[in-house]
Formats: sequence, C-alpha cells, structure tokens
Amino acid sequence: MFGLANPDRFLRFTHPLMPVVWTLAVVLLAAGTWLAFTAPEDFRQGDTVRIMFVHVPAASVGLGIYLALGVSSFFALVFRHPLADAAARAAALPGAAFTALALVTGSLWGKPMWGAWWVWGDARLMSELVLLLFYIGYMALRASIDDETRAARAAAVLGLVGLVNLPIIKFSVDWWNTLHQPASLLRADGPSVTADILAPLLTSMAAWAVFFLAVWLTAIRTEIIRRRVLSIRARRAQEA
Amino acid sequence: MSALSILFRRELALAWAGGGGPLLACGFFLCLTVLVPLAAGGDPAGLRPVAGGVAWLALALSSILSLERLFERDHEDGALDLIALGPAPLELVVLAKAAAQWLAVGVPLAVTAPVAAITLGLTPDQAPLVALSALIGALGFALTGALGAALALGSKRGGLLIAVVVLPLFIPPVVFGAGALERGVNGLSPGPALALLTAYVLFAAVVTPFAGAAAIRNAQG
Repeated sequence: MFGLANPDRFLRFTHPLMPVVWTLAVVLLAAGTWLAFTAPEDFRQGDTVRIMFVHVPAASVGLGIYLALGVSSFFALVFRHPLADAAARAAALPGAAFTALALVTGSLWGKPMWGAWWVWGDARLMSELVLLLFYIGYMALRASIDDETRAARAAAVLGLVGLVNLPIIKFSVDWWNTLHQPASLLRADGPSVTADILAPLLTSMAAWAVFFLAVWLTAIRTEIIRRRVLSIRARRAQEA
Repeated sequence: MSALSILFRRELALAWAGGGGPLLACGFFLCLTVLVPLAAGGDPAGLRPVAGGVAWLALALSSILSLERLFERDHEDGALDLIALGPAPLELVVLAKAAAQWLAVGVPLAVTAPVAAITLGLTPDQAPLVALSALIGALGFALTGALGAALALGSKRGGLLIAVVVLPLFIPPVVFGAGALERGVNGLSPGPALALLTAYVLFAAVVTPFAGAAAIRNAQG
C-alpha cells in the first residue's frame, strides 16, 4: 500500500486503470439509470420514487467521501505523504457536489411527498447540511492560505477534526430531534424496500461509488501533474 | 507552571486593555438581542418559546467576535514565536489562551445571557439555569474557537474564515445548551443536557490543545 504512495509509481500504476474505471462507471451508471426507469412505480409515491435512485447514492457516497477525505488527511498529517494530501484535496469538491446534489434531490423529492421543500425538524436533513458546511469550510480554509504546504497541513488538521466531530454532531442532532416532536408527515414514507426497488438502488449506489472513484483518481493524477508543472516552472524561473 | 500563569495573566490584561474587549462582546450580545424582536416581531407570545434559543445563538456569535485576536496578533508581531520558544509546551499554551478567553469574554457573556433571555420572555426562575449552561457552553465555544483561530493563522481573510470553520463545530453545544433550557422550561430535569454539554466541553478540551498546537506549528513553519 505504501509502495503506491510514490507519486511516480502511482501515476504509472493508475494509467492503465483509468479507462477501465471510467468504462465501468459509465456502464454502471447507464445500467442504474435503465433499471431506475424500468423499476415499477411505487403504489403510493408514483414516479417520484425514481428520485431515490439519485438521492440515496448521492447522499451515502457524499458521506463516504468525507471518510476518504478524513483518512487521507490523517495519512497526510502523520506520514506527510504528498499523495495523501493530493487525495484529500481531490476528494473535497466531489464530496461537496455529491452532498449538494443529495440535498437538492432530497428537497425536490420532499416537496411532492412531504409537502415541503425543507423540514428543519428532520435530523438527516440537518446532518447532511452540516456535512456540506464541513466541505465548504475545508475548501475555504484551503483556498485562503497562500502557502500551499501550509494550507495543506491546516486543511488536514481541519479534515481530521471534522472526522471526529461528525459522529458527535450526528448524535447531537439526533438527540435534538427526539427532543422536538418529529413531524408526523415524515412517517408517511412508502412500504419497506422490495426486491424490485432494491436491485436498481444497489446498482445505482455501486455506479455512483465507482463514478466517484473515477473522478477521484483523475483528480489525484491531475493534482500530481499540476504540482509537477509548478515545480518545473519554479526551477525554470530560478535558472533564468 | 509560572510561564503559563504569566501567559494567562497577560492574556487577561490584553483582553481588558484598549476599550474593554469583554464589554464590547457584551454590547454585541445585547445588539443581537435587540435585533431579534425587531426582525421577528415584538409579540411576547411569539418570543417566549425562542427566548432561550436566541440567547444561545447570540452567545455563540458573540464568542466568535474576539477569536481573530487570539493568535493572529501574536503571530503578526512575533510574540507567538517567542511563546513557542519558551518553556511551556505549545499544547498547554493553547489551553491557557482558551481558558483566558473564556474568563475574559465567556464569563461576562454568560452573566449577560440571563438578562437577555428574561427580556425576551423567559421566566426569571430559569435565570440560574441560563447562566450555568452559558458558563459551560462558553468554555466549549472558547476551546473550539481557539482551534479555529489557530487553523486560520496566516490566512488572508481571518475573521470570516474562522466563523465558517468554527460554526459547524458549535452545533453540539448549541443543541445541548438550548436543549437544557427547553427541558427546564418544560419542567423536565436539565441534568442530561447539561451532562452532554459538559461532555462536549471535555472532548473539546482534549482535541483543541493538540490540533491547535499542530496548526500553530504549521503556521510558524
């Protein structure tokens, strides 16, 4: 595992993988979309149940990306691997995008189902929004410190602090949710998931996870190359 | 030990010097409290349920105000480098600065909080609970805020950045603190909420020194 931490070896190792991962992502996404539209309508929710096949994968992958970001931050901080830092940096924007997508699709789904775009009383909505705030804070901190290595380490500390804080925030929001009476209309979701729905859902989740993997690997590779270009430029400027 | 106590006294003196920082924070707190009925309508029946929550919101926002000053000024004039070279470990320096911040800003705010909550319609018998929970919560805000201030060292937009980084971390103390008040108003025992609030403060007291010291070392390069 640490052998791949060498950026050169990483580039060489992932180069042949990239077409495979991207093809797999596209195939799975196409399959997921196909299954999502051929899945039977929910007897109560009708066609709107199809939003789930975007919403649930986006939400769960968005949360998983923060785990990737936090673990990468840990490796960047403890072992000072430039690759781990590149991985953390590359995960932030997709993570924010997936989480934002989960929030948008969630409120598009919530309007016909719950009769409201947004319900402050629901703990999951709050946790998801806080996750988005963490991504925003991470990117803001990273962008506002000029020195790249310092920005990277400060961001890694924040990423790690966020990782230990997210479960606590989740717990506190859940606790708050039981304090306030949860809105009863949220109980009105459809029947428990059947196999007709489960298969497209699992396919979609796999598709989104692989899609993120493809985006992530591409972004890490781009980041390594970007740094290389920067250092070549710096060397040229020194020589000139 | 003496190095830390000198640092602690220095921080308190700096907080009070030049226009009374704590009074400024309390003034800000009261300004926020004034704006709430003006923005949300002055109907007492509408204000009473949110009185405790508004007091907590104002406490959280006021706690952020003076965070930029906590490390940034010492970083700019080089005092932070000298402190880092001194005998006290940087982890304890962070803890001492956060404690001084709590004593200088948090405690005055905690004393102001019951007044604000009562003007918004909370019954006076809840005042001790407001003060106690605000006292504990302000310590949590000072500790978490110190971490944010240390992380934002050397950034171009200190204040706003600290707020964006720190406010999501303020969620648990706000939830537990306002929850304690809500339980108190409803006649339940606020004990569990206060215990959770204290647990969060203890957690922050463990995380902040190490993470904050790492951030400061990083900023000093």
